[in-house]
Amino acid sequence: MAERRFEIGRIPGFATVAVATFVMLYLPIATLVAFSFNEGNSIAVWEGLSLHWYREAWDNQAVKDATARSLIIAVCAAVISTTVATMAALGTTRRAKFRGETFIYVAINQPLMVPEIVTAVALMIFFGMIKVATGYQGLGYLILAHSAFCIPFAYLPIRARLEGMDLSLEAAASDLYATPWKTFRHVTLPLLGPGILAGAMLAFVISLDDVIITEFVKSGGQDTLPTYMLGQLRRTMTPEVNAISTALLALTVMLLTAFFLLTRKRD
Amino acid sequence: MTEAVTIEARNAVKAFGQGDHVVRALDDVSIQIRKGEFFTLLGPSGCGKTTLLRLIAGFEMPTSGTILLDGADITELPPNKRPVNTVFQSYALFPHLTVAENVGFGLTMQGRPRAEVTARVAEMLALVKLEAMAGRKVSQLSGGQQQRVALARALAPQPKVLLLDEPLSALDLKLRKEMQVELKRLQTETGITFIFVTHDQEEALTMSDRIGVMSAGKLQQVGSPKDIYTRPVNRFVASFIGETNFLPATVVPGGVRLATGDVVEVAAQARGDVTLTVRPEQVRIVGAGEAGAIAATVKFLVYFGTDTHCHLALADGTEVVARVQSPASGEAGIEAGSAVGLRFASGAAQVLED
Amino acid sequence: MASRAEERMQRQSARNGWLLSLPALGLLLIAALGPLLIIFVYSVLTPGQYGNVVWEFSWDGWVSILFTRDIFDGTLGLADAHLTIFWRSVSLSLMTTLATFALGFPTAWFIATRPPRQRGLWLFLITIPFWTNLLIRTFAINEVIRQEGVLNTFLLWTGVIERPLSIIYTDTAVLIGMAYVYLPLMVLPLFAAIDRFDMRLLEAGYDLYASRWQVLRRVILPIVKPGIVAGSILVFVPSLGAYVTPRVLGGGKNMMIGNFIELQFLAGRNWPLGAALSVTLLLIVTAALLIYVRAANRGSNPHG
Repeated sequence: MAERRFEIGRIPGFATVAVATFVMLYLPIATLVAFSFNEGNSIAVWEGLSLHWYREAWDNQAVKDATARSLIIAVCAAVISTTVATMAALGTTRRAKFRGETFIYVAINQPLMVPEIVTAVALMIFFGMIKVATGYQGLGYLILAHSAFCIPFAYLPIRARLEGMDLSLEAAASDLYATPWKTFRHVTLPLLGPGILAGAMLAFVISLDDVIITEFVKSGGQDTLPTYMLGQLRRTMTPEVNAISTALLALTVMLLTAFFLLTRKRD
Repeated sequence: MTEAVTIEARNAVKAFGQGDHVVRALDDVSIQIRKGEFFTLLGPSGCGKTTLLRLIAGFEMPTSGTILLDGADITELPPNKRPVNTVFQSYALFPHLTVAENVGFGLTMQGRPRAEVTARVAEMLALVKLEAMAGRKVSQLSGGQQQRVALARALAPQPKVLLLDEPLSALDLKLRKEMQVELKRLQTETGITFIFVTHDQEEALTMSDRIGVMSAGKLQQVGSPKDIYTRPVNRFVASFIGETNFLPATVVPGGVRLATGDVVEVAAQARGDVTLTVRPEQVRIVGAGEAGAIAATVKFLVYFGTDTHCHLALADGTEVVARVQSPASGEAGIEAGSAVGLRFASGAAQVLED
Repeated sequence: MASRAEERMQRQSARNGWLLSLPALGLLLIAALGPLLIIFVYSVLTPGQYGNVVWEFSWDGWVSILFTRDIFDGTLGLADAHLTIFWRSVSLSLMTTLATFALGFPTAWFIATRPPRQRGLWLFLITIPFWTNLLIRTFAINEVIRQEGVLNTFLLWTGVIERPLSIIYTDTAVLIGMAYVYLPLMVLPLFAAIDRFDMRLLEAGYDLYASRWQVLRRVILPIVKPGIVAGSILVFVPSLGAYVTPRVLGGGKNMMIGNFIELQFLAGRNWPLGAALSVTLLLIVTAALLIYVRAANRGSNPHG
């Protein structure tokens, strides 16, 4: 007879619920991915394995345009938000607490707190006024909006990295005759590198995934991949949407894996 | 002949905090450190020794007072413009650079020619016996090796003064002993002024030319290790360095009178109530009732190998510890409960003003 | 107290802090914070005929949150349709919070009690959905629960049911969807709290004759309470402002506040009402966050 041990952390039923939760979490995604390879045009009845819908999506000009637009916006938003977030992180860490620091912190993290729908309608009104006043209808509005709400996502990992950095390293550099600029260039920046890259990746993913703000801010014919997919809801859904989702999913998982490898504590 | 002064602090004060919460980490400290000496700042944590070091390095500015280097005021000079280098407690080695790049960092920042940097780095690595590690990342080194790299890095630019902030505290006992010898050797070979910060009194006594004992932001005493040990100026210094006995006493002509009524012959400038201090190894145990001896009872014994600590009580209850050689096996020693007499070695007892 | 040099350094440090933060603040002011102020202004203007606003002051936007004017005699009555939407938003958000807690707590506990080497992987499995496109996850759950979806197909095939279950486009669908998409937001803070939990306290509890249930109720739950509060707020706040999930799973009719706000703007009906609703949502969320901050502070300072 097997000996039954009293496991201290075990609570009856918890493991079962947990495993069921993981299954429930991944089953729908797995279904979504599986049906992207469906031969037929149903998203519920399996009719055989094929890349039919990937080809379909690839040949769809609207999808291609939306993809290009999504990538342009995400790259611009990642670069802009990471740049300003890096500066802000350098400004708000590792110095004596100053008047207004809390305000800056709250302001930077504000996009995390305000419901997106509220920001979306606010931007729709504001950018609407500017569109009327200037006549400019381009992607600039989307890039601006995305850059803004990506700031906290870029800021937080960079700040975390900065706070984890040993202050005495910079003290050591200045002790060894490095000017403040050289200290930044030769010590702070190289050590901060992984944090900046991690922040940029998160910003990229967040921009790529955005639906609500994009939906409200975009001018006519400026669909990104997510808003294109949302638009497909009104029609009969085909596995084309699954194919696009799967591709987007794969990109996200790749970036996230890279992010985790970058931020993992190195021994 | 007065020796040349390298570093001088004049009335240095460093206060942290604001309003009601001002803490004076450094409270009006003046000190002169001589060229080429191994000077140790000794004190418990929070006594201000590291703050003083950071003022000399330039990482902090004093609230008031001045810091001078070779007679020139450097109080507001940033650290990168001071010919002073630091060995950090955490070593602060650059994790993204190799050992050689770490050692050459200061020279590179000074804009020295590459050939000179390379040569100097090789020389420094030889000095700390790490030639084989030049290309390694610092994370691949052991604690002792990292310590040596930190030393080489700070010595490479040939600073006028080397500051060492508890550099041995992270090492285990054996390695610490080795590094103590190593540091002393480096200091002698380079002739650079070392200012060494530690809370370890033994480290301070064995390595230093002079010691400055600090407590509560103030400099308590400056002197040679022997001075500090044998002639402590106050109760703090006496108790912080080594073990000692304190006996309440009153000044009388020719000496002091203990609470038991016994008079100890000792030079005393003070008047009234004082404290008599005497190191345990200067307390001699003699036969009970011997003329001039202070009567005491042995309470218990603590065996330390070669030595035994005898805890004794005087007639008034004052406790005194005497360190005696442990008796050879078979030989009868002192026994707990027995009545004995005490004498202090001549000149060993000292009067402290409270 | 401080010397002039010290003061100069402090001032310089503060100035540099501000200067470095300025670009980020500027960007946020133009494209996030600033426009929010416009919402406040719009909530007290008069609706224009074809959407937008007329620049005349009016409280009507605020009044019409709760009341509706009778078309014939102009008297105010409670706006039942609006109340239904509010009630649905609040109750669905609360139920979502409960559902995610019921599933999330055992999950977080399970992860925290794995051997350290496995823990990272389990945690990663929770974070992947967290960062994955919300729309994609909503689509995924949509494919499972829709009329001709995987669930119904499977149940019909096995013969458990004879007619497909009508889940999609009901409040239940929205609840399932929100619980699904916001579950990671509950698990992550719960895990953080449980991970800090000292398992020796369990030994002490059992040693002092507590049953498993008593240990859970008297030891574990009180200690991880800050994590429970954090997780609940993190789920409740986005649930209340949810837009995508009710739109995809609730169809047109099972609206929540987010969709109702959209309706006021995109259908061009009543911008001031939409603005007033936005401000209301903002205030509720702010209140929830303040509760969270207070709870978090209390958690980190047990003696305060």
